[in-house]
Amino acid sequence: MSKKLLLEHVDKEGIQYIDTYIKFGGYASVTKALKSLSPDQVVEEVKTSGLRGRGGAGFPTGMKWSFLDKKSDKPKYLVCNADESEPGTFKDRYLMEKIPHLLIEGMIVSSFALNANTSYIYVRGEMMYVIKILERAIAEAYSKGYLGKNIMGSGYDLNLYVQPGGGAYICGEETALLESLEGKRGNPRNKPPFPAVWGLYGCPTVVNNVETIAAVPWIVNQGGAAYAAIGVGKSTGTKLISACGNINNPGVYEIELGLPVEEFIYSDNYCGGITNSRELKAVVPGGSSVPILPKDLILKTAAGDSRLMSYESLAEGGFVSGSMLGSGGFIVFDDQACIVRNLWNFTRFYHHESCGQCSPCREGTGWMEKVLHRIEYGHGKMTDIDLLVDVAKNIEGKTICPLGDAAAWPVASAIRHFRSEFEDHVRNPDSCLAKHLHGDFALAH
Amino acid sequence: MSELLKVTIDGRSIEVPPGTTILQAARQLGGKYPPAMCYYSSLENTGGKCRVCLVKVAQASEANPRPMPKLVASCITRVENGMVVENETNQEVINARNGVVEFLLINHPLDCPVCDQAGECDLQNLSFDHGKENTRYEEGRREFDKIDIGPYVQLHMTRCILCYRCVYAAEQLTNQRVHGVLNRGDVSEISTYIKNAIDNDFSGNIIDVCPVGALTDKTYRFKQRVWFSKPFDAHRECSHCCGKTVLWLKGDNIIRVTARKNEFGEVEEFICNSCRFEKRDISDWIVEGPRKVDQESVIASNKYELPVISPAVNVDAKFVSE
Ligand SMILES: Cc1cc2nc3c(=O)[nH]c(=O)nc-3n(C[C@H](O)[C@H](O)[C@H](O)COP(=O)(O)O)c2cc1C
Ligand code: SF4
Ligand code: SF4
Ligand code: FES
Repeated sequence: MSKKLLLEHVDKEGIQYIDTYIKFGGYASVTKALKSLSPDQVVEEVKTSGLRGRGGAGFPTGMKWSFLDKKSDKPKYLVCNADESEPGTFKDRYLMEKIPHLLIEGMIVSSFALNANTSYIYVRGEMMYVIKILERAIAEAYSKGYLGKNIMGSGYDLNLYVQPGGGAYICGEETALLESLEGKRGNPRNKPPFPAVWGLYGCPTVVNNVETIAAVPWIVNQGGAAYAAIGVGKSTGTKLISACGNINNPGVYEIELGLPVEEFIYSDNYCGGITNSRELKAVVPGGSSVPILPKDLILKTAAGDSRLMSYESLAEGGFVSGSMLGSGGFIVFDDQACIVRNLWNFTRFYHHESCGQCSPCREGTGWMEKVLHRIEYGHGKMTDIDLLVDVAKNIEGKTICPLGDAAAWPVASAIRHFRSEFEDHVRNPDSCLAKHLHGDFALAH
Repeated sequence: MSELLKVTIDGRSIEVPPGTTILQAARQLGGKYPPAMCYYSSLENTGGKCRVCLVKVAQASEANPRPMPKLVASCITRVENGMVVENETNQEVINARNGVVEFLLINHPLDCPVCDQAGECDLQNLSFDHGKENTRYEEGRREFDKIDIGPYVQLHMTRCILCYRCVYAAEQLTNQRVHGVLNRGDVSEISTYIKNAIDNDFSGNIIDVCPVGALTDKTYRFKQRVWFSKPFDAHRECSHCCGKTVLWLKGDNIIRVTARKNEFGEVEEFICNSCRFEKRDISDWIVEGPRKVDQESVIASNKYELPVISPAVNVDAKFVSE
């Protein structure tokens, strides 16, 4: 049985209301931190917990917090990244919708730790229902004295705002998010300086994912060491995984890090196996931007060990035979899935969402999409396959922000692991699995 | 005075003050410095976008001798003491640069024969060094109509490489920026809001900072190929700007006025529209003399600066040899 730290009370009737939330122990971490801990002690607990950012990159949260420029006499900001735009990732909206006070509680304790008196939750603009839920919950928190001036008589003040975003994927990249929050075009900034030194309005800022911030109350209540005892190795605690694709039970699961991938896919507690009892073909384990792994490599590492749901295990083998935990968007393909078609679809997304500031991403994403479109629609050439590999290589690692990599990795990995499928599409376009499954109409464009 | 930092680029070292970027250090060092399409030294916050200036940092600093994992944009990366940089000497850098040029040329037609920027175009030079003779790109390209943005400037959006220089210039030189980037990704375009006009005292500078022929001078378009015109340094008393310019002459007529560019092709002192567009009489100016032009530049090709050795030609003696 896996431990639940975030979603323990998610099914309790009325948990989205503050009274019920408090009845189940909610806001205890605010009382504890503000009355008995110093901000630095909260940072220490988070460091001890080994919590890593849940937004995708997995950077240690305590360390990120300790980079905040404390010497600066400017205001400090905490910004919650609730943009949630990575295709395949839908865990943050679930958490905010079902148990909004957990995020607000986390925002208060985390803001206290960072000496921030103003904090923002930046929510993807399309998720208006989530924005309404959060705004109502924030109003409740103000009325109970958890937000505003002199919280719980501690002398600590905090104002918390929800900001709807522009609805562009790039606005989830932390510096583009800050630009957008400042009311500008959501273009990523050149780094350094990092937000810890030069963030919102040029002030020291921490940007954290929803799930990261939601883990902080538990860490403060139970202690960082207790959190570190859960999980495996440097992948401590639990992780929300949003699972989708050809599985029997799509949905959001809280797993203890270190769960075997095989168990996650086939156990009835989680994905419940492949739909229609078909064969597993491939998995994109961490949101559409991470490398795709074929069945053999997603269940076992190249060395033959069981692949685990953890940062290290999924990355084992590097880009040759590994992938990434990323944001935890777990996309499963059965043996009827057409890799070319799915890759085209992913690439179409990155092409559409590139901000267009830097040449390799602006021009390269479109090029890859067009070539993939041709291959999928029966107009490909053998040389196109190496062309794609080359274009991806010319994008990867050469851009301002990681969106370029996010567009390049799926292409590079899909061709590495499923090259023959691309060749089949060129040789015999009618062999396309998607075409057989959905008929010609699916190919009309 | 803080200590100088030693940086080695392609095996040659130079000491520079803290805050200097790799590109600035390389320019000071001379020789083959990285190209730059978006960075512009006299405009703040430019750089980092086009990615043609990527270099390899083989050693981050004396204190941290490890290489940087990725290529870095030399225009925005500051040097550290003991940094070792590879530019021309690293094949990975050259490959990346070739790749960027290939990307830039996807949506930039090589219409140099009919483009007013020919001979002064950074992308033309870059393609010469890093381009291929044929393209691997077979898909559709962007198409745009030309638009008049204001009385003096015409925008050829097909040629724009989205370096954002004109946006920074407008933001920093005028009190209200009225043009910018619309849309995202490869459908982004430079435009004014609802095809508005750009009309302010310093609008002409966006023409000078544009590295390609996307923003053209309506008073000059199709008047002359740049290498056939004669540039002279000149100045005048101006209450708006420095008044220091280059006059481009065809015969005795001023056909264009621009700001002066330094050896890196960048304007250091911007000029107002009055100097640029209204003073077209030679008597408006104090002419300092012929402008020094880099020997490698195509503009030098008319060689008017050389003493004119005109052998006496007897026009009647057509068939001397017979
Ligand atoms: C193109 C792009 C989109 C991103 N979108 C999101 C997002 O929607 N949500 C998120 O939390 N992080 C996103 N990130 C990662 C953020 O930049 C940042 O690393 C994260 O918010 C940091 O939070 P963490 O340390 O808690 O993980 C994105 C990154 C990139 C490059
Ligand atoms: S990599 Fe793409 S999204 Fe990121 S800054 Fe460059 S163009 Fe914009
Ligand atoms: S119009 Fe010229 S200066 Fe402006 S972004 Fe395009 S290429 Fe750069
Ligand atoms: S000149 Fe450095 S990125 Fe454009």
